[in-house]
Amino acid sequence: MEIKTVFSKPESLFDTPFHYCPGCGHGIIHRLIAELLDEMGARERTLSVAPVGCAVFAYHYFNFDCMEAPHGRTPAVATGLKRVHPDHLVFSYQGDGDLAAIGTGEIIHCANRGENITVIFVNNGTYGMTGGQMAPTTLLNQKTTTTPKGRSATQEGHPLKITEMLALTPGSAFLARSAVSSPQNIRITKKYIRKAFEVQDQKLGFSLVEILSPCPVNWGLTPVQAIRRIEETVIKEYPLGIIKDTIGP
Amino acid sequence: MKETVKLITGNEAIGTGAIIAGCRYYFGYPITPQNEIPEFMSRELPPRGGVFIQSESELAAINMVMGAAAAGGRAMTSSSSPGISLMQEGISYMAGMELPCVIVNVVRGGPGLGGIGPAQSDYFQSVKGGGHGDYHTITLAPHTGQEMLELTMLAFELADQYRNPALILTDGLLGQMSEAVEIPVNYKPRAFKKDWAMTGCKGRPPLIIKSLFLKESDLEENNLRIYKKYAELKKKETRSEAFQTRGADILLVAYGTSGRICKAVVEAARAEGIKAGLLRPITLFPFPETTLRKMAERSKAVLVAELSMGQFKEDVQRAVGDAAPVYFKNRVGGMVFSMEEILEEVRKIARRKTGGRKRV
Ligand code: SF4
Repeated sequence: MEIKTVFSKPESLFDTPFHYCPGCGHGIIHRLIAELLDEMGARERTLSVAPVGCAVFAYHYFNFDCMEAPHGRTPAVATGLKRVHPDHLVFSYQGDGDLAAIGTGEIIHCANRGENITVIFVNNGTYGMTGGQMAPTTLLNQKTTTTPKGRSATQEGHPLKITEMLALTPGSAFLARSAVSSPQNIRITKKYIRKAFEVQDQKLGFSLVEILSPCPVNWGLTPVQAIRRIEETVIKEYPLGIIKDTIGP
Repeated sequence: MKETVKLITGNEAIGTGAIIAGCRYYFGYPITPQNEIPEFMSRELPPRGGVFIQSESELAAINMVMGAAAAGGRAMTSSSSPGISLMQEGISYMAGMELPCVIVNVVRGGPGLGGIGPAQSDYFQSVKGGGHGDYHTITLAPHTGQEMLELTMLAFELADQYRNPALILTDGLLGQMSEAVEIPVNYKPRAFKKDWAMTGCKGRPPLIIKSLFLKESDLEENNLRIYKKYAELKKKETRSEAFQTRGADILLVAYGTSGRICKAVVEAARAEGIKAGLLRPITLFPFPETTLRKMAERSKAVLVAELSMGQFKEDVQRAVGDAAPVYFKNRVGGMVFSMEEILEEVRKIARRKTGGRKRV
């Protein structure tokens, strides 16, 4: 019998086991990025910025240049990197607390400048690393450690749809929302990230892919339940699909 | 090195010095009294292939500087007191990540929104760290338009050499006054090998630039290593100007705008027969404590003149110890002492001294 390799680790990932919790979406998203960089032959010209949050150690897994940034400031740091190396592939990796709370100023103005960078925006509706507090993206009535009775619209406001807000900036070229909740959605996520990277390489403007991702630990669910929650509940608040595409297919 | 002379403001001299030193990346946010610097850079950088971005905030500005510096670029920002406060998180990160950059603080009176008059009230923030954690910022204090240019050039070199943020500490008086400045022509900035910079991992292992060390022993080791650089800085880069200090009985100590005024005070005092001199620190971190101590030992009294509530005096007192009594003259809130006001203090000290009392 002939033995064929049907699954292997992308070169753009180190052979380090992920520290993420069981059922966490970060590992899948890291892998998608790494596969794409391999496929695009872009690993050696990639510069990435890791956030403050669960993915702060992204550089333990990424087999390409990576730096950290203060909480929320990755778009500004990525801007600095890109302006020095305009032909490199620059992406920032951010969570929802990082991007949609403390970093709202940076993300909006980065998009509005049409900065040729890509943002991978992981939306799991909570502050994972600090133990499950409310995020701007937390759903109404969702219980978190700082909304013990559930998020109330009158007290804490509504879930923030920042990707839709970014669509209003003329500088944003490609914005999409996907989920890592099923093999099909994972394939679509990869397609979106590829498009975002291509938009960047063609210097067409700002690109961002928002990815709905499970955080079973802080949702108090099993990994399987967490994925089901995305498909049944979270997607209703955050519909999947391309939000803005100034280039077309 | 050839030079041409131009009549320019201090803020323009800073911009000019930055460009001569090879700075090609400027990020900043408007605030008075330093707006001439971003305006100058927005005119002068793009034609040289450089980048100017007016950021959405000082927070964004310092983080853009961080990215550009990590990428190996010579990057700078400028602001004034409240804006510099906002940048402190980023400066702390850059010290921890060992990234070079130049930050200009054209100080205005505080606390809070304060005023826009010249002040030296950000002294502690500048020389003691400023943000969180154990670190220092190389701090240079120009006192003329010429020094605004030269010390900015030096700041870029020191930042690159020691891989640490460097700060120009000045104020609106120096920033907005026009003076004749000799501008170097055909200057070749010293090139530094930046094998630590993010350039893509072609032909080398991937690079990580970070300040996070969750293992306590790693963080301790990192901080001790950074402090070794500070020790070397102290040894090699401490700079000060001794102005008519030979045989000086009364030693004035002042920096920046105050230092400049004190030069006139020393001349006037000498004309009256009072043996006064001035030690003007050029680097505030590292602080010229050994030089100051030696000079204090040879003098009968020390007079500190500053535009803050004794922040600078604390460091002077610490260096002088019991070598001589330390007197103090200050104005704050954007008020600046006249030459005559300080001269009067000098006269008082001189009178006490000739009055035959032991304490001069
Ligand atoms: S806390 Fe949530 S986001 Fe963080 S690693 Fe665990 S599952 Fe993933």
